[in-house]
Amino acid sequence: MYSYSDFDEAFVRARVAQFLQQVARRLDGSLTEDEFRPLRLMNGLYLQLHAYMLRVAIPYGTVSPRQMRQLAMIADTYDKGYGHFTTRQNIQFNWPKLPDVPAILQALADVEMHAIQTSGNCVRNVTADHFAGAAADEIEDPRAYAELLRQWSTDHPEFQFLPRKFKIAISGAPNDRAVTRAHDIGLRMVRNAAGAPGFEVLVGGGLGRTPMIGQVVRTFLPVADLLPYVEAVLSVYNSFGRRDNKYKARIKITLHETGKEELSRLIEERFTELRPLFGGHDQRLLADIRAAFAPPAFRSAPTDSFDAIYSADPVFRAWADTNLAPHRHPDYAIVTISLKAHGQTPGDATSDQMRLIADLAERHGHSDLRISHEQNIILPHVHKSDLSALHAALMQAGLATANVGLISDIIACPGMDYCALATARSIPIATQIAQRFKALDIEHDIGPLKLKISGCINACGHHHVGHIGILGLDRAGVENYQITLGGDGTQTAVIGEKTGPGFAYSEIVPAIERLILAYLNLRLSPEETFLTTFRRLGMLPFKDALYIEKDAHHAA
Amino acid sequence: MTPRFCPMVVTANDLRLGDVVYLTADDHWTRHHHQAELIEDEAHAQMRLLHAIAQKSVIVGAYLADARQGPRGPESVHFREAFRTRGPSNYAHGKQADHV
Repeated sequence: MYSYSDFDEAFVRARVAQFLQQVARRLDGSLTEDEFRPLRLMNGLYLQLHAYMLRVAIPYGTVSPRQMRQLAMIADTYDKGYGHFTTRQNIQFNWPKLPDVPAILQALADVEMHAIQTSGNCVRNVTADHFAGAAADEIEDPRAYAELLRQWSTDHPEFQFLPRKFKIAISGAPNDRAVTRAHDIGLRMVRNAAGAPGFEVLVGGGLGRTPMIGQVVRTFLPVADLLPYVEAVLSVYNSFGRRDNKYKARIKITLHETGKEELSRLIEERFTELRPLFGGHDQRLLADIRAAFAPPAFRSAPTDSFDAIYSADPVFRAWADTNLAPHRHPDYAIVTISLKAHGQTPGDATSDQMRLIADLAERHGHSDLRISHEQNIILPHVHKSDLSALHAALMQAGLATANVGLISDIIACPGMDYCALATARSIPIATQIAQRFKALDIEHDIGPLKLKISGCINACGHHHVGHIGILGLDRAGVENYQITLGGDGTQTAVIGEKTGPGFAYSEIVPAIERLILAYLNLRLSPEETFLTTFRRLGMLPFKDALYIEKDAHHAA
Repeated sequence: MTPRFCPMVVTANDLRLGDVVYLTADDHWTRHHHQAELIEDEAHAQMRLLHAIAQKSVIVGAYLADARQGPRGPESVHFREAFRTRGPSNYAHGKQADHV
């Protein structure tokens, strides 16, 4: 993986030193909160409901065992022994004390990590496919490009005060696992007719209060043109983005108001100006970065032990069926470690779990770890002969939940248990749904299903692109949950449709149960997924299940 | 007809710890909602809020939150404020940790 250059190291250390002084001036009263807030936000420090929260970037979701152990150390020393992995490939610490934060940033800098640009109106942490460098369907590892974008966007003088925050996601495969269509810029690697790799560039995607799927502004961008083109998009947005209205300030509104044709023309015009100015420096830098993402030395060994345990052990088989994905090397597998044990908070890992996962990555996974936007941890390179030992070790730590891609593999934002912006809780809804379907013991029968929960319209829980989305709202001082159906976050992205009136806190889990039981009755075969069934039948039968059955139950 | 004034408390977060605090009638900051001053007059509420905001080296983000009189003292009205008196629902962290 990429290691900091002297420049990176000096930059991050300088930031820590600055923030140490800024915190000291805040504590001695020299800085007011109004003066301090932008400074702390530039360093990822939020004030939430019960405490401060520090959001640490995990660029393109890649983290080393050493870094993971340091996150565990921070959790133990400065927080409450756990961390929360988010849909933006960040980790959040929920209980830091303000005077301790500079020391935390120092500890992060010691392992080449930081919290820079995890807040504010700048280019945020660039996210990527969590199977990058391992996926069987991948054209090229997208992380070299993500790292190039990170270096380019970090402290970029032109883009520190954008109209609003700006999120870039990148996928190196045609199958989109990075939700690129719901980002300000989405980059999806494709090949042109000549077989050369490039990017399909989407602009103006985003969820939040005005959810929109990004639109293609370039069907094929040669990889060498990436930086000047992205800079052109940012430059146009910086000029035309609505600074007068926070709710209309994202590039999706600029696209909507300007029109795709005109916005594309402006981008291309700016691109023509910018491209000669790059002069090849970016390509030399990219070549160096690429070397840092060279694949590991894959091992050659027999895999028959895997085949044997797969047929002999049903517990292992269930886990292998859900938590393994095809690797580009036929003797390897990609392992997803579920952070969604039934009843546990989605995305939370204790410090002990972090340390164990770091050990396992070193023992069985070529020392590589990823964080997925679906709030799980990935071991991207595991030889099949190691899977049995790995599974046994995960079982002992309560980390072998066989539910990846199933109904209990729920994305949930922190919601009103932590977040100052939230309008309702998300976490207890997620844990109750997971427990309910475990009790019914039907989640494997239900099959692939993406359920995503947000605790406010900002949609950090990606509810709009969940096959089932749940949005928590405050309706006249009571928590109320609105359901959307048919959303899709992949290359065939769709925003889900609202079903109708929302449900009370105590009604939402039974409502989801009615919905799922209806699906099981409606599907043509066990192979027809929830999403396919919804696409075939539309909203009506599901609305009936949600509302008519509810009324019938009340009337009975 | 003017709407009836809802009683309020002044609340904020502690600058250093981030913990939720409430302003008492004798000008202290308490961690406990029921020890807060229940303000029943709008003009007085604004004065108390200004007094709170001025304490910029002690607290952050002061605001007025609806409240009502309960048997032990002021109680929260809205569920958000009720959560702030306890902590998150997924772990016994925050103020509720004192009672575990």
